[in-house]
Amino acid sequence: MQRHLISAADLTRDDAVLILDTAEEMARVADRPIKKLPTLRGRTIVNLFFEDSTRTRISFEAAEKRLSADVINFTAKGSSVSKGESLKDTAQTLEAMGVDAVVIRHGASGAPYRLANSGWIDAAVINAGDGTHQHPTQALLDAFTMRRRLVGRDAGLGQDLSGRRITVVGDVLHSRVARSNVDLLHTLGAEVTLVAPPTLVPVGVEAWPCEVSYDLDSTLPKCDAVMMLRVQRERMNAAFFPTEREYSRRYGLDGDRMAKLPEHAIVMHPGPMVRGMEITAEVADSDRCTAVEQVANGVSIRMAVLYLLLGGNEPAVSHARTNEEK
Amino acid sequence: MDKQDTQDTQANPQASGARPVLEGPDIARVLTRIAHEIVERAKGADDVVLLGIPTRGVFLAQRLAVKLEQITDRKIPVGSLDITMYRDDLRMHPPRALARTEIPGDGIDGRLVVLVDDVLFSGRTIRAALDALNDIGRPRAVQLAVLVDRGHRELPIRADYVGKNLPTSLRETVKVQLAEEDGRDTVLLGAKPAGQ
Amino acid sequence: MSKILIRGAKVLGGEPQDVLIDGGTIAEVGTGLSAEGAEVVEADGKVLLPGLVDLHTHLREPGREDSETVLTGTRAAASGGYTAVFAMANTFPVADTAGVVEQVYRLGRDHGYCDVQPIGAVTVGLEGKKLAELGAMHESAAGVTVFSDDGKCVDDAVIMRRALEYVKAFGGVVAQHAQEPRLTEGAQMNEGVVSAELGLGGWPAVAEESIIARDVLLAEHVGSRVHICHLSTAGSVEIVRWAKSRGIDVTAEVTPHHLLLTDEMVRTYNPVYKVNPPLRTERDVLALREALADGTIDIVATDHAPHPHEDKDCEWAAAAMGMVGLETALSVVQATMVDTGLLDWAGVADRMSVKPARIGQATGHGRPVSAGEPANLTLVDTEYRGQVDPAGFASRSRNTPYEGRELPGRVTHTWLRGKATLVDGKLT
Repeated sequence: MQRHLISAADLTRDDAVLILDTAEEMARVADRPIKKLPTLRGRTIVNLFFEDSTRTRISFEAAEKRLSADVINFTAKGSSVSKGESLKDTAQTLEAMGVDAVVIRHGASGAPYRLANSGWIDAAVINAGDGTHQHPTQALLDAFTMRRRLVGRDAGLGQDLSGRRITVVGDVLHSRVARSNVDLLHTLGAEVTLVAPPTLVPVGVEAWPCEVSYDLDSTLPKCDAVMMLRVQRERMNAAFFPTEREYSRRYGLDGDRMAKLPEHAIVMHPGPMVRGMEITAEVADSDRCTAVEQVANGVSIRMAVLYLLLGGNEPAVSHARTNEEK
Repeated sequence: MDKQDTQDTQANPQASGARPVLEGPDIARVLTRIAHEIVERAKGADDVVLLGIPTRGVFLAQRLAVKLEQITDRKIPVGSLDITMYRDDLRMHPPRALARTEIPGDGIDGRLVVLVDDVLFSGRTIRAALDALNDIGRPRAVQLAVLVDRGHRELPIRADYVGKNLPTSLRETVKVQLAEEDGRDTVLLGAKPAGQ
Repeated sequence: MSKILIRGAKVLGGEPQDVLIDGGTIAEVGTGLSAEGAEVVEADGKVLLPGLVDLHTHLREPGREDSETVLTGTRAAASGGYTAVFAMANTFPVADTAGVVEQVYRLGRDHGYCDVQPIGAVTVGLEGKKLAELGAMHESAAGVTVFSDDGKCVDDAVIMRRALEYVKAFGGVVAQHAQEPRLTEGAQMNEGVVSAELGLGGWPAVAEESIIARDVLLAEHVGSRVHICHLSTAGSVEIVRWAKSRGIDVTAEVTPHHLLLTDEMVRTYNPVYKVNPPLRTERDVLALREALADGTIDIVATDHAPHPHEDKDCEWAAAAMGMVGLETALSVVQATMVDTGLLDWAGVADRMSVKPARIGQATGHGRPVSAGEPANLTLVDTEYRGQVDPAGFASRSRNTPYEGRELPGRVTHTWLRGKATLVDGKLT
């Protein structure tokens, strides 16, 4: 039985719906005077962050604390890692301290998979973003946000996203968010279209369960949600696009483009937003933009994942990729 | 734990030779009596909040609320209290799907909360419910109403309102079926399948 | 030196014959030879091949003796049936002077497990900027004839042209590691469906093919000979095939692992599959096998690249590239080429001994198994089936992608100029 959450592609439809349903109940804890549950009392979770990501770490930390877990934060900067200690040694050191789960953010694609499958440690591994590979809890919180907005909080319980049309726009090539979302949204029955300049679409994308378009304007009128990915300005130095201006003109979301969306459609952004690049301030601050809501939903989703992986004697989430290798 | 026990036998109660100890009309009559007792004990029940423990406790709470409203001619707040994440046996099973906790709009602070459940057995569910309640607010008092008390308490907990006291052995199972969930109202007493 | 009679060996996979070794040479080949005064080795139907020659080995000494030394590397070579290996230049210091190549050459000769022929660097420090003293290395005791910046590509077209021209003066050959550097910045694995899914930096086939295309045209233009290291894509095969049909003097090698493994293995993120050039697709593997069979690819070379455990026991991006190969090469070739019917044992001898010796000008190696020839021989139990166990390796490193995999064939004996270096699978 797989005890880890490494990739959104590992989740079955029923797993994903269970996580979303559980998150819906977790979200209600936030409305209570005491925002805490005793569920993970006595469990120790380490947030092992080799990359700076204050947002993701705080979100996990809030989720862990609301479930009463003991939390250890480990950031690579200034630690023995910067002095050349390996991932393996770091992980083993932490496990020797009695850690039950490792939430890992790492710049190298596959580092969480290695940690979970190399026999280095016994703890459960939760991927909080690895290189340009996966960020499964981000995809889950995005799906959660979509289900709430497009299907309904209560009406959504037990439901997936069948037939919903989602457009993901931006730097797909370098985006673990895009990869995770394509996998999860497909599993949940949604139709995904990626929109990007051809330079920012990976070779091999044809095997992904989604459509690819180079034209944003033609996809907008028929989507239920449009997700804008962050585009780093440095990319233009590597000739992925000529200028910031040209990028935002062709692939940025401004007020005029937003007006082309159907009435009910939402605008999503995993953050941090680069205003003036992929999204204008007008859109970012509009009621249709769920960026802030996504942050709140992130805590609920992470509580759900932690509960379902660590709350019992074995995980409640079954994974497709279980024991497939070796 | 008792909740687990009732659910284990859900699959096929007849197979283990279960016999009914309460039928539909008995259950209705028992709930009416409990409603009257609540009004009696709570001196009019004007600050009562009913919280059912999922799954079947919620339906019982809703039925009690209707009866209380008939007696008092007032709206009775009714909600649900999921105790899953407060259970003391979490580590002994895979995580369970969560049920809804729905606290009525005015909250529970300073009110008389009546917890409602179908079967009272070890008392651990109620212990978890008291913990859960603690995180939600501070009631004036907490009381407990159950349809069946089958004994075998493992904690110093007792019910304030009991539909039926049912002396059982540990080799027996008690299973409550309600129309809302199971299509009919009945309480079945059966034998545990061998090996459990 | 005493006499050895190898009795009942299938020479190049043919009918069983006896082979009598006297001193350093083969004295007689025939049936029913007299065993008088000779130590007898019962071949019992095993296949006898000329000692294998590896044109592409990393022995790591000097500089990285924690991963391999000339001694451990040549012992691994003898275990794998090799009697000569060409040691790549990317050591510390780089083998870009007569001093370093002579040191490596002498170490090999002194240990006596396998002839070591050093390869000289094409450019100083493998930096691709300034030609190393190619002539001095050729004239040294090591007699270098093969030059390569392997590990790095000689990407500057002018430097490559000059090197191709310059070595003509003494009959040398430049072995190119074909990898366009700008197209492979940050590259971690073959670019395609799998890299897109795994989020690992893509290593496009075109980065190899564009350099090969350029270099065969350069070789044609200046009338030089060029050798292509570890060719790995179907497109590269097409280019080499075209160049040969045009009469260009090009030779090419393929590694055992590119004949067997695909980028699907990378899904495990296990760095034991991280190698340069990267594992490609099934389509590439099949094209490489076919090209080796039809002669478009001339030879099998191991690219034996030992790394210490810690350089592989880590996350993919941090891991070193390369696999050990000397001790499994023949088994992989049997599995992919012989057992599939693409090549017979004479063909294996040609691709793993005769041709590499010819390309590298390794005198006395890759010769026919007949009277009067140097007794560089290897005896292979082709019926053997077993799992690869790295614990039994003679190499100092264990970074094999075949651990636990069942492979056919096992080298039981190796003779270097009549002296046994491997007997019954054990090093002498």
